[in-house]
Amino acid sequence: MDTGRKIGDVILSFENISLSFGGVKALTNIGFDVREHEIRAIIGPNGAGKSSMLNVINGVYHPQEGEIIFHGKHRRDMNTYESAKSGIARTFQNIALFKGMSVLDNIMTGRNLKMKSNFLLDAIYWGPARREEIEHRKKVEEIIDFLEIQHIRKTPVGRLAYGLQKRVELGRALAAEPSILLLDEPMAGMNVEEKQDMCRFILDVNDQLGTTIVLIEHDMGVVMDISDRVVVLDYGKKIGDGTPDEVRTNRDVINAYLGVAH
Amino acid sequence: MPATAAQVLGDRLDTFPRLLMRHASARGGQVATREKDLGIWQAWTWSEVAAETRAMACGLSALGFKRGDNLAIVGDNRPRLYWAMCAAQMLGGVPVPMYQDAVAQEMSFVLENAEIRFAIVEDQEQVDKLLEVKEACPALAHILYDDPRGMRHYNQTFIQGLDEVVEMGRIHDKSHPDFLDGEIALGRPEDIAVMLYTSGTTGKPKGVCQTHASFITAARSGVDFDSLGPDDDILSYLPMAWVGDHLFSYAQAMVAGFTINCPESGETVMTDLREIGPTYYFAPPRVFENLLTTVMIRMEDASALKRRMFHYFMAVARRCGAEILDGKPGVAALDRQLYALGNVLVYGPLRNVLGMSRIRVAYTAGAAIGPDLFRFYRSIGINLKQLYGSTETCAAVCLQPDGEIKFDSVGKPAPGVEVKIADNGEVLVRGEMLLKEYYKRPDDTAEAIDREGFFHTGDAGFFDEDGHLKIIDRAKDVGKMANGSLFAPNYIENKLKFVSYIKEAVVFGHGLEKVCAFINIDMGAVGNWAERRNIAYSGYTDLAQKNEVYDLIRECVENSNAELSHDPMLSDSQVHRFLVLHKELDPDDDELTRTRKVRRGFVADKYRVLIDSLYSGKQSQFIETQVRFEDGRTGMVSADLRIMEAKTYPPQSAKKAA
Repeated sequence: MDTGRKIGDVILSFENISLSFGGVKALTNIGFDVREHEIRAIIGPNGAGKSSMLNVINGVYHPQEGEIIFHGKHRRDMNTYESAKSGIARTFQNIALFKGMSVLDNIMTGRNLKMKSNFLLDAIYWGPARREEIEHRKKVEEIIDFLEIQHIRKTPVGRLAYGLQKRVELGRALAAEPSILLLDEPMAGMNVEEKQDMCRFILDVNDQLGTTIVLIEHDMGVVMDISDRVVVLDYGKKIGDGTPDEVRTNRDVINAYLGVAH
Repeated sequence: MPATAAQVLGDRLDTFPRLLMRHASARGGQVATREKDLGIWQAWTWSEVAAETRAMACGLSALGFKRGDNLAIVGDNRPRLYWAMCAAQMLGGVPVPMYQDAVAQEMSFVLENAEIRFAIVEDQEQVDKLLEVKEACPALAHILYDDPRGMRHYNQTFIQGLDEVVEMGRIHDKSHPDFLDGEIALGRPEDIAVMLYTSGTTGKPKGVCQTHASFITAARSGVDFDSLGPDDDILSYLPMAWVGDHLFSYAQAMVAGFTINCPESGETVMTDLREIGPTYYFAPPRVFENLLTTVMIRMEDASALKRRMFHYFMAVARRCGAEILDGKPGVAALDRQLYALGNVLVYGPLRNVLGMSRIRVAYTAGAAIGPDLFRFYRSIGINLKQLYGSTETCAAVCLQPDGEIKFDSVGKPAPGVEVKIADNGEVLVRGEMLLKEYYKRPDDTAEAIDREGFFHTGDAGFFDEDGHLKIIDRAKDVGKMANGSLFAPNYIENKLKFVSYIKEAVVFGHGLEKVCAFINIDMGAVGNWAERRNIAYSGYTDLAQKNEVYDLIRECVENSNAELSHDPMLSDSQVHRFLVLHKELDPDDDELTRTRKVRRGFVADKYRVLIDSLYSGKQSQFIETQVRFEDGRTGMVSADLRIMEAKTYPPQSAKKAA
């Protein structure tokens, strides 16, 4: 693999995270870390707690126990606004775009946090508001170019094929210029060609923009090909952590995926 | 003493670099090139283009590119790739544009054959392809890329960004201001300007060497013919390696000084077409066909009122639109008024949707265009015309003059072009725009150009009573019937295939008394037709043998016979008997080539028994054929094929002449 990018220090780590909903324990004593510029995958069978983990990272869920260390600061939990503000963006398992809006407008919403001019100036599209809009549009056009979706720029998202919608959602996350990108099953429901495209885009984002990527994925082939390190969860517990090769040969992981004779 | 700029710019506009320099001084502020990038149309004026091209040429020279070198150019239509052609020409080198969608192995033949040392390519994809074949092409010493995306980690020293080279060139040009002018001054019109490789459907591709003189002559005749000027706009979206694009987007743009517009990507061409609204347009028939299909599908979804209005006015347009466009007399006053109304309500908006509101002249070439399709565009007021030419003739042999449009001819010889018909029916061409030679193939050159300087096109054709050339077939396919009259299978097959119900046709007649045909129905069109008539069918084989379908096809065959009867040379080629095949001809069964051309000989051998029955007067014939399914399995299809007679007509030419 290309080694142009340098994997840096740990920027985000979790210690003994536990999360439960009433009596259901979604996560139990999970601990792992994420290094700068790496592609970190979280895998596991259905119901293993992968999405819960992602939701803990960007502050949708607040764990009952444990500690999160983000950029050196120890904290009990994250909150959504703050995590977005500090450069964490994400996509969702079931696409969460505005179906009636064009691709361009959808990606533009990703710029929301970066917009500074006030409502009144925006309304009359004058002075700084106008300059700002042009700046944002430029950024969005760069993303459109990056993801090669020029031909659907003005198309309402609801009319697009599923694979393209996924790409648009990635575009919206990129519009926030994140330092950490959380991808919840980016290839779910895609055909082989769409998967290949998506892999290429994820690698390009990581390589060219230097974005750290945490992704959940079902497709083992994809995960093993593009990730630097993999965490494996099963029934809310961590059963494996390491490079794809290490995980592949881990006995517990094999048992969790293939079942075990009792 | 090196030549000064003034000397270079003299009156001699006989090479492309000199033309560029002239435009830069005569209309430096006008837009020469546009490209849509990041959602915005970026523009370069003639003086900017000249400056960029000069810098690129100096940069190439600094890297060691010199007179006589060939420069490979691979990529989509990007401004800098067009400029690279001129940059190579400034230094006395030869640009060799290559098809951007070719796979690496296909490219290696051209790279090797043309001894490419320098390649300018669009992006990472093309760089990767060249790297793949670099082992096989050791001469390749420099790869320069236009788009730096994804190129950060390529640390091979022979790969460089074009930006870097242009920057280097700018400095070089400053420190040696006379160098490039001197190089341009050395260029002669008889130098080779470009090398275009033929597609190579038969054997290996051949490099066609065209001189500055030939392409400038060809371009100038087209420009004068349709009075094109600096205010025209064209969309450059066809492969740069195709002679058509080279003529329209490079040679004619350089001669007339009009603006070329490069679309954002291959998928945005339709949107970009609408945004630019070109005044001059060129496309192969399939593009026009796709456009029409899109319109028709969208009309199906329109409201009932709009649909009725559309169909009503399209009927008016069919009746008189083409005649009004040609300025012919004899159109009823009422029709004229209806057409004017239709223009406001339907044709105008339709042209706008197609991106053709501003079109003055549009051309199509490259394949036969269906008369219905052709008539459609002309009837809504788009001046669509046909031209005839090939890579070897700079795509400029015949053009249809305004007001003299015929649906089945390719027009009159262009000014300065001599066309004659050989005894065997082959079209021979002589003129300034002929190729100089096939690269490194003196034998082929000698075979193609005879001692009198006529180029043998390989096409068979004849002149009609108005002096219009009519191309009927490839010369090698043309045969004679038993009574000695001309037999042109492709021509008859195309006529049949223009009907939407017929997908493929194979006709036989060489050395025989009569012409007979195999027909493949179009499953989609005929299936639809059958459903509307409540005809039940279980599959292709069943549908093909329905009596109603046979009657439908007979009607189509008889219509084509009626048209053929008007043709003095081809009236004997009317189809007497036909059958509808029980299976679709398929490349998987080796009956068609991958480009969907019928392999006549193979089909004739495989279905020998059917041909015998066609000629023996039988009413039906049983046949069993092996077919290969898409997953590789094989199976058998069998059927009792009916054979039907079609009505033929006596020759009509005498009546027409009277």
